Amino acid sequence: MSFRCTPGTVTGFLGPNGAGKSTTMRLICGLTPPTGGHATVAGRPYRQLANPGREVGILLDASAQHPGRTGRETLTLAAHLLRMPTSRVAELLARVDLPAAAARKRVGDYSLGMRQRLGLAQALLGEPRALILDEPANGLDPEGIYWMRGLLRDFANRGGTVLLSSHLLREVEAVADRLVMIGNGRVVAQGAKDELLSGAGMRVRAVDPAALHHALAAAGLSATPADGGALLVDATAEAVGRAAAAAGVVLLELQPGRARGLEEMFLSLTNGTTTPEGTAR
Amino acid sequence: MTVTAPARATATVATPPHSPVPLWRLTAVELRKMADTRSGASLLAVVGLLAAAVVTVLSLSSDAPEFDFGGLLGPTVLPAAVLLPVLGVLSVTSEWSQRTTLTTYALVPRRMRVAAAKVLAALALAVLAYAACLAATAAALPFAGDPDPWHLPASALGKAGLFLVVNVLLGVAFGMLLLNSALAIVLYFVLPIAWSILGEMVAALARPAEWLDLSVTSGLLLEPVMTGRDWARLGASVAVWIVLPMVLGLVRVARREIK
Repeated sequence: MSFRCTPGTVTGFLGPNGAGKSTTMRLICGLTPPTGGHATVAGRPYRQLANPGREVGILLDASAQHPGRTGRETLTLAAHLLRMPTSRVAELLARVDLPAAAARKRVGDYSLGMRQRLGLAQALLGEPRALILDEPANGLDPEGIYWMRGLLRDFANRGGTVLLSSHLLREVEAVADRLVMIGNGRVVAQGAKDELLSGAGMRVRAVDPAALHHALAAAGLSATPADGGALLVDATAEAVGRAAAAAGVVLLELQPGRARGLEEMFLSLTNGTTTPEGTAR
Repeated sequence: MTVTAPARATATVATPPHSPVPLWRLTAVELRKMADTRSGASLLAVVGLLAAAVVTVLSLSSDAPEFDFGGLLGPTVLPAAVLLPVLGVLSVTSEWSQRTTLTTYALVPRRMRVAAAKVLAALALAVLAYAACLAATAAALPFAGDPDPWHLPASALGKAGLFLVVNVLLGVAFGMLLLNSALAIVLYFVLPIAWSILGEMVAALARPAEWLDLSVTSGLLLEPVMTGRDWARLGASVAVWIVLPMVLGLVRVARREIK
C-alpha cells in the first residue's frame, strides 16, 4: 500500500469495514507499529515531530474520550499539550457549533454527533496544516454532514491537507478531490476523483436492450453488459446517442459509466469478493 | 507499506518552529487529569472529608490530651494513603479503558515521557495531599492537650510523607503493570489481606512476609523509630511491589498497540 496526500486537497480514504483504513491511520500516527514500510507526516516520521498536534490534527475515534470529563475540559487539556492559549478553546467550540451549555456537560452525556464535533475541535485546536480523520461523518445528522464538508473544503482551499476515511463512497465523493480505495490491506484504486469517477466509457440503458445492442454493433461500438440490463460502452456520450438515434432506440439512461464501475468495485470489496487487479467486473 | 500522509505545504507557508511539551507541563496536565473527571473529583472529595473527619474526631475525643503532632498526623494521613493509590491506578488505566490513549499518545508520541509525567504527577499529588494533612493537623493541634504538642522530629515528618508517596506509587505501578482498572484496584486492596491470611496459615511464609509484605514494611514508616533492618525490609518490598511492576509496566506501555 502506497499513497500520498498533498496540500490543498481532500483525500478520501475508502474501503469496506475491516479493510485496514483505521489501522493505516494509526500506523501514520505511530500508534500501531508497522511490520514493514514507513509513513511520514510533513516529511518526517510522526513520532519524530516535536509537537505533532501542531502539524496534523487527528481524530481517530470520537468515542474515545473520558466520559467523566466535560467537553470544555477535554479541549483545555489538549490546548495545554499543544502549547496553545486556552482562549483557543472557546474559539474552537464556536467553530464546531458546540454551545457553551453543551461544553459544560460531560462527554458521557454527548451524542455521537456531538462527540464528532468535539473531536474535530480537538483536531483543529493546534492550528495544524493537515487533518487525519477516521469516519468523521459517523453520527452526524445530514445538516452536520453538510457543515463538515464545508469546513473540510474550506480547510483544504486554504492550503491544508485532509485525509478522511469512510466506508461510504457517496459521502466521500461529495468532498474529496482524490480517492484512495483499499481492500484487504491493499490499494485497489487511487487517483483524482474526476478521473476515477468519469473518464472513458458510458453506461447506457434502453427500453429494448437487444435493439440497443444491435444499434451499437452497427455503429462499430463494443459494449459489455452491466447490471440492470444496462450496457457499458467504450465511447463518448455523443457517439452512443447518435448510434441509438440512428436506429430509433429509445434510451432510458446515458451517463458516465466508470462511476458505476467504481461503485461496483467498492461493492464487490464489501462483499468480500476482491478483484485483485483492482478492475471492475 | 509506504504511506506518505499530508506533506508539508510548500515554501509559501511560513513554518513556525514547534517545540516539544516540557515535562513540567506534561506533569501539570497529568495532575489535572486526576482531578477533572467525575470519578477523580469524587475520590479526592472523599479523601478530604475522611481526613477532616479523622482529625476532628481525634482532637475532640477524650484521648485528645495525649496527642502530639505526630500522634495526630498518622491517622490523618491514613485516608489519603489508602485511597490516593486508587487515583494513581486510574491515572494510568483509565487512559486504556476509556481509550483516551488515542488522544494522549497522538499528541505526545513518546510514551515514556507520558509515563514519567504520570509518576511525577502521582508524586506531586502525594506531596499536595501531605501538605493538606499537615495543615489540618496543625489546625487541630490547639485542641490536643499534649504539653509539648509541636514537638516533632524532622525524621517523623519525612517518614509520614514517604509513607504516602510509597502508597501512591504502588497504585501507579499496579496500574502500569495490569493496564486494567478493576484488576489493579482489586489487587491493591487484596494483596495485604492475602499476605496476612497466608502468613497466619502457612508458617513458612511468616519470614518472607516480614520482608515482602509492603503493607507491613511501609507501616514501619509510621513507627517512632526505624532500624537499619527496617529500612532494608522496606527497600526489599518496594523493589518487589513497586520497582519491578513499574519496569515491567513501562515495557508493556511502550509496546502495546493503541486502538
